[in-house]
Amino acid sequence: MSLKKFISDAISPWMKREGPDSDIVLSSRVRLARNLENHVFPIISNEQQADEVNRQIRKHYENQTYGNVGVLSYIDIDDLKPIEKRVLVEKHLVSPNITEDPKHSGVLMSDEEHVSIMINEEDHLRIQCLFPGFQLIEALTLASGIDDWFEEKLNYAFDEQHGYLTSCPTNVGTGMRASVMMHLPALVLTQKIHRIVPAINQLGLVVRGIYGEGSEAQGNVFQVSNQMTLGKSEQDIIEDLRGVVIQLIEEERSAKKNLLESSRIQLEDRVYRSLGILSNSRIIQSKEATKCLSDVRLGIDLKLIEGISNTILNELMILTQPGFLQQYAGEALSPDERDIRRATLIRERVKLEKNNE
Amino acid sequence: MYCQECQQRPATLHFTKIINGKKNEFHICEQCAKEKGDLIPGSNSFSIHNLLSGLLNFDQPLSDSNNPQPDKQVTQCDQCGLSYTKFAKIGRFGCPDCYKTFESKLTPMFKRIHGGNTSHTGKIPKRIGSELIERKKIDQFKQKLQQLIIQEEFEEAAKVRDQIRMMEKRFEGGS
Repeated sequence: MSLKKFISDAISPWMKREGPDSDIVLSSRVRLARNLENHVFPIISNEQQADEVNRQIRKHYENQTYGNVGVLSYIDIDDLKPIEKRVLVEKHLVSPNITEDPKHSGVLMSDEEHVSIMINEEDHLRIQCLFPGFQLIEALTLASGIDDWFEEKLNYAFDEQHGYLTSCPTNVGTGMRASVMMHLPALVLTQKIHRIVPAINQLGLVVRGIYGEGSEAQGNVFQVSNQMTLGKSEQDIIEDLRGVVIQLIEEERSAKKNLLESSRIQLEDRVYRSLGILSNSRIIQSKEATKCLSDVRLGIDLKLIEGISNTILNELMILTQPGFLQQYAGEALSPDERDIRRATLIRERVKLEKNNE
Repeated sequence: MYCQECQQRPATLHFTKIINGKKNEFHICEQCAKEKGDLIPGSNSFSIHNLLSGLLNFDQPLSDSNNPQPDKQVTQCDQCGLSYTKFAKIGRFGCPDCYKTFESKLTPMFKRIHGGNTSHTGKIPKRIGSELIERKKIDQFKQKLQQLIIQEEFEEAAKVRDQIRMMEKRFEGGS
C-alpha cells in the first residue's frame, strides 16, 4: 500500500475537516454514559447477561441511520486482531478498557468515525462524538440528539435524585465527560503552564497530558475535561469548560506573540532543528518524535516554516503510535524495529509534503 | 540548596513526610516534584479507583458517630449480589439498584467527588422521564406564581395560576 493511501485510510474522515481555532484546539469530544434499567452493569455481568444487553441495543440500532450522521455499523471487539484493536484505541474510537476484557463488547460507528457508541464497556452504552477544532456545543448537541434517539427504544437507568446511573460514581448525574485536546507549546516554553494547570484544577476541571506517561504532556498536547458530573446541567458544564478553553487559547496566542518578538531566532533554530531531525533521522523514539512534531507544528503556526500542512502533527501523532506502525508494516514489531519504522514513516511523510509543493 | 533528586536545579519544595512515626525530609525542585508525583502529599498519583476506595472506607462523618453502625443491615445489593465491601474495593456499582441499596452511605462520597453536589440538575430522559419533566415544570410555575404574588402583580399571577391548574389536570389525566 502506498503511504498516501495508508494515511488517508488511517486518518478518520472527521479529522480531515478543518474546525474553528484549529491552530490550538485539535479536537472536541463529548461522551455520555448510559445504562439500561433492570440489567447488571458490565463489570459484574456474566456472559449471558452481557449478551442480552448487546442484542437489545443492536436489535434497534445496528445499521440504522441517524440524521446526517449516516449509518452506524457494528464492530465486535472479539472479531478484531490485536493490532486492529490497538489501532482503534490509538484513534480514540474505543477505550483501552473495552479491548482488554471484552464481554460481548463492541462499537457502533459512523463512516466518518466522528460518532462511536461503545456497547458493554464500563457502562452499557458510551455515546461519543468527536469534532475537529473547538466545537464543544456542536458535540453536545449531536451526542444529546443521539441519546434521545436511543432513549426512544431503550429504558435507561435513571432516577430523579442521581440522574443517569452509571457503574462508576464519578460519572453519575449527567454521565457526561466533555473534553478538548489542545496544543500549547508556547505556554510550556514560557513555563506559564505550571501556573495555569493548578488554577484550572480548582475549577472542577482536569488538565492532563496525552500521549505521555503519567502527568507529562508529550508533544505539548493537553486534554482539558470536566471532573464533576453531578449537580450541574450539561449546558453549564460545557459553558464552564468553554470559558477556560477560550482563556487558554488567548494565553497561548499571546505567549506565541511574545516569544516571536523576544526570541525569534532561537525559535527558528528550534523548529528547524526539529524539522531536520524528522526529515533525516533513521531511528526515532516516540518521545523525541512527538517533541519534534510539536516544534514543527509551532513553526508552521508561526509561519516560520512554510509549505507543510498543519495537519501533520495530528496525523503523525496518531500514525507513529505502535499499533499503526505495526499495521503499516503488516506484522508485529519489536520496540527497536518500531523506532526504525517510525523514522522511515515520518521521513516519507515529510517528503510527501515537499513533493506536493 | 540543590534538589536532592536531580542535583541540578535549586530545591523549591520542602516538606516532611511521617510514615509510621518515621520522619523523612524532602527538598526537591518543581520539575522533579512533578515527575515524582507520589512524593507529594495529596497529589493525584493514585488511580481514581484507589481514591474512591479510600473515600468509601472513610470513617462516617462525625454527626453519625453517636449512633454507631446504623447501616449494618445494608451490606449487600439484593438485585446483583454486590456486597458493600466489594463495592468499596472495586469502586464501581454492580447495577442501578445499588444506588438505592447503599444510599445511606453514598452522600458523603458524592459530595467529595462532585464538589459538594448530591442531586442531579441536568438532562431528564424525554420518554421515561416525561412525568418528571412535567412535574418540574409545574414546580417552576409555582415558584413564578409566588414571585408574582410577592410583587403584587395579581393579574399576571391569576394567569399563571390557571396555567398551573391546566398542567396539573393534564398531568393527572395522563398518568
